[in-house]
Amino acid sequence: MAQEITPPIEKVVSMRGIIKRFPGVLANDQVDFDLRKGEVHALLGENGAGKSTLMNVLAGLYRADGGSINVFGKQVDFGSPREAIEAGIGMVHQHFMLVPSQSVTENILLGLDEPRFRMKLSKYNHKIAQIAEQYGLHVDPEAKVWQLSVGEQQRVEILKMLYRGTNVLIMDEPTAVLAPSEIEELFITLKSMTDQGKSIVFISHKLQEVMEISDRVTVLQKGRVTSSGLNTKDVTRADLARLMVGREVVFRIDKKAVQAGELVLKVNQLESFNDKGIQALNGVSLNVREGEIVGLAGVAGNGQNELAETLVGLRPITNGTVIVNGKDVTNKPVKLGIRHGISLIPADRTKVGTSPNLSITDNVIMKNYDQNPISRGWRVNASEAGKYATELKESYDIIVPSINTSVRLLSGGNLQKVILAREISSEPKLMIAVQPTRGLDVGAIEGVQKLLLEQRETGAAVLLISEELEELLSLSDRLYVIYEGQIMGELSDGDINKIGQMMTGTRLEQITEAGDN
Amino acid sequence: MPENGIVKSSSRWKFPYRVKIENRVSDPPKWYSPMLSILAVIIALLIGALVIWMGGGDPWAAYAHIAKYSLGSVGVLSDTMVKAIPLMLVGLACSIAFRMKLWNIGAEGQFFLGAFGASMVVLLPILPEDAPKWLFVITMAAFGMIFGALWGFIPGLLKARFNVNEIISTLMMNYIAIEWNNYFIYAVWSEGGFQMSRMFQRNAWLPRLSDLAKKWPFFSGLTTHFGLVFAIVAAIILWLILTKSRWGYEIRLIGDNPRAAEYAGISIKRNIIMVMMVSGALAGLAGMSEIGGVVHRLQGAISPGYGYTGIIIAWLAKLNPLAVILASILFGALILAGREVQPSGIPTLIQGVIMVSLIASEFFMRNQVRIVRRGEE
Repeated sequence: MAQEITPPIEKVVSMRGIIKRFPGVLANDQVDFDLRKGEVHALLGENGAGKSTLMNVLAGLYRADGGSINVFGKQVDFGSPREAIEAGIGMVHQHFMLVPSQSVTENILLGLDEPRFRMKLSKYNHKIAQIAEQYGLHVDPEAKVWQLSVGEQQRVEILKMLYRGTNVLIMDEPTAVLAPSEIEELFITLKSMTDQGKSIVFISHKLQEVMEISDRVTVLQKGRVTSSGLNTKDVTRADLARLMVGREVVFRIDKKAVQAGELVLKVNQLESFNDKGIQALNGVSLNVREGEIVGLAGVAGNGQNELAETLVGLRPITNGTVIVNGKDVTNKPVKLGIRHGISLIPADRTKVGTSPNLSITDNVIMKNYDQNPISRGWRVNASEAGKYATELKESYDIIVPSINTSVRLLSGGNLQKVILAREISSEPKLMIAVQPTRGLDVGAIEGVQKLLLEQRETGAAVLLISEELEELLSLSDRLYVIYEGQIMGELSDGDINKIGQMMTGTRLEQITEAGDN
Repeated sequence: MPENGIVKSSSRWKFPYRVKIENRVSDPPKWYSPMLSILAVIIALLIGALVIWMGGGDPWAAYAHIAKYSLGSVGVLSDTMVKAIPLMLVGLACSIAFRMKLWNIGAEGQFFLGAFGASMVVLLPILPEDAPKWLFVITMAAFGMIFGALWGFIPGLLKARFNVNEIISTLMMNYIAIEWNNYFIYAVWSEGGFQMSRMFQRNAWLPRLSDLAKKWPFFSGLTTHFGLVFAIVAAIILWLILTKSRWGYEIRLIGDNPRAAEYAGISIKRNIIMVMMVSGALAGLAGMSEIGGVVHRLQGAISPGYGYTGIIIAWLAKLNPLAVILASILFGALILAGREVQPSGIPTLIQGVIMVSLIASEFFMRNQVRIVRRGEE
């Protein structure tokens, strides 16, 4: 493989005029895309721009409604991912498709014709270890998948594709689930793959990563290509942002100076279990004041969700106390928390935050259906509820045909607006926002962030739990970092290096000690 | 996604049109759901007709016969209503539970316990034999509902406390309920060794239309009893609860997304128990009205599976309490006059096909089907 030194102009994939429709949406409109041998080609665009759709077409998951695809000089029309893999195209999805109880090798061999009957695992373990070595993908072939970190699981997915002889690897937002150090490692792997002649499509909406890793960039906006195959060296972040959104994006957030006031939330030595009965919170202490956004950084699954749930009363606290505005709300019913002005924007918009088959009205009255004026005696006053919903629809600019529409039909951004409208209009004293901008496009992110800042200005205490460092840094006044259910330290200087180390389990004291020495 | 089957592209001739199934991107119109219910009934009747025809019968004549002997005159209409009353009440019982996605399959058992509770008032006795009729009616109704509610409370509590699957527990409790009744009719209240209690005295009977015949001869011979008033009042109250009340909102929210309900601070456990009790009370009231209005004694064969038919009725009515009344009358007619056609075969078949069609029709609530030209769309 190494001796194939070919000029970089060699095209491995060429897609022409790809059209893909979904009910009511034109996801790809006459999209052209080229991939050269040995390059990392970033596919940039907002959510819903059609990046994943285009690559799903290339990987054989969807079939295009129009256009042609040429792979290694041959016209293709994939009917299934298997055919795409046979042609050398493999995709690593955002959500991994692994069997947790099986080993790495078993997962990689799953679905293949070889081995036929006897597994002969040791032979394949060896083979896979070799490939892993070749590309610098450090993972133990004999480990069970459930024992692996998210980063390692991603490596298994990449290995799976490499083992199948993939020459074109499509990575769908691979960094979304990774810690900063893991991202670095991934980038090293990607480089080593391109050095060995593989081509990589890197789907992302994160500008700084695209700038860092890619050789060329194609930008999609609303299903159309706004610029194709730009050399990354020749463009700036601001250029890309403009191409992506179609307008200038101001990266600086207008954050007014607000004097932090009284202590609103005081969490002391909180302990709790997760759904599997494993200790998820291990003595978390933190506090949030009026007029302050306090960030909680951390890699997904380090107890953030459990913390949010314990604070509002959804999850039992096994030890420690939660005090809101001087009142002890430890293990108190959810409703009491709501009455005390605790509001939660849950991480899962569809499974927790809203009720999919109920109307906008029924969803916005979720927390005040039993309060005047919406509740009147034993009944819900439908006309008051409708009035309330209409008001919120207008003031939060929720784009729906009517307030009777089921919320399952709403886009992610609009759904989040429904939740925010409901939570903010309750005038909370403490707002806990978990991943409030995840999966939203740039325009919607701006809107959500603005609303959070407004909350801060009106004197609410905001606890912002997020995995987006950039967002945390730009919005928060202070920052805690959580790792395996423990707070690693508190920062207000926004030092990315320190945060990165803390996110992977180093305590702030240890970092400063090391610095002093 | 529609097409991930392996379709090799080739120059083979393809049919120029194809069926395309898409997720709905907007809510279906309001008339859509009732239309599907009506369609389910029509399909069931057509399939029933086909079976009758294949068996050498004349479907048109058979259906005409059913219609005539269930709705054709005031007399038979009244009999149809008698059949429809317990169906209405169990249909309502299922509707409230199903709204919360609580699969109470135990209306049958709750029906039997309701009948037991009502009988207790007369047979234990709780009221003196010569107590006034109105007192009997009220007390029997109360006891029927309390015992039905108790039979709903047990699986409700098990579900709330230990997450016991209510489908299994309510179904199993049906058998316990039947055997419980059997014990009393074989041993305790048996009349002269027969497997039934003594006939209730007249003042423990629910008033009938024929009781009014002295004043208005028009009503003579009509068997429709006071249970109809219970059923209609229950339907209206339930409709108010489900569509207008705070509690109805909680039930709707829990039914659609229990995690969201919990997040909104609504107690799911408390609601499981309460809904199971109301559901049980309604089925119990059905048992009471059957005992007090039709049978006038406690005996074994008081239900030809009303509790199970209630499930179909609730679905046919799309869990709308007012529509339950109409669906029950339809089923009452089918049960009453269906017997004229065949004791069990065709009428049961039609009920079954209605249920299957209804379940299948849910697909059309979620998806729309279009026929498109290949390559064009």
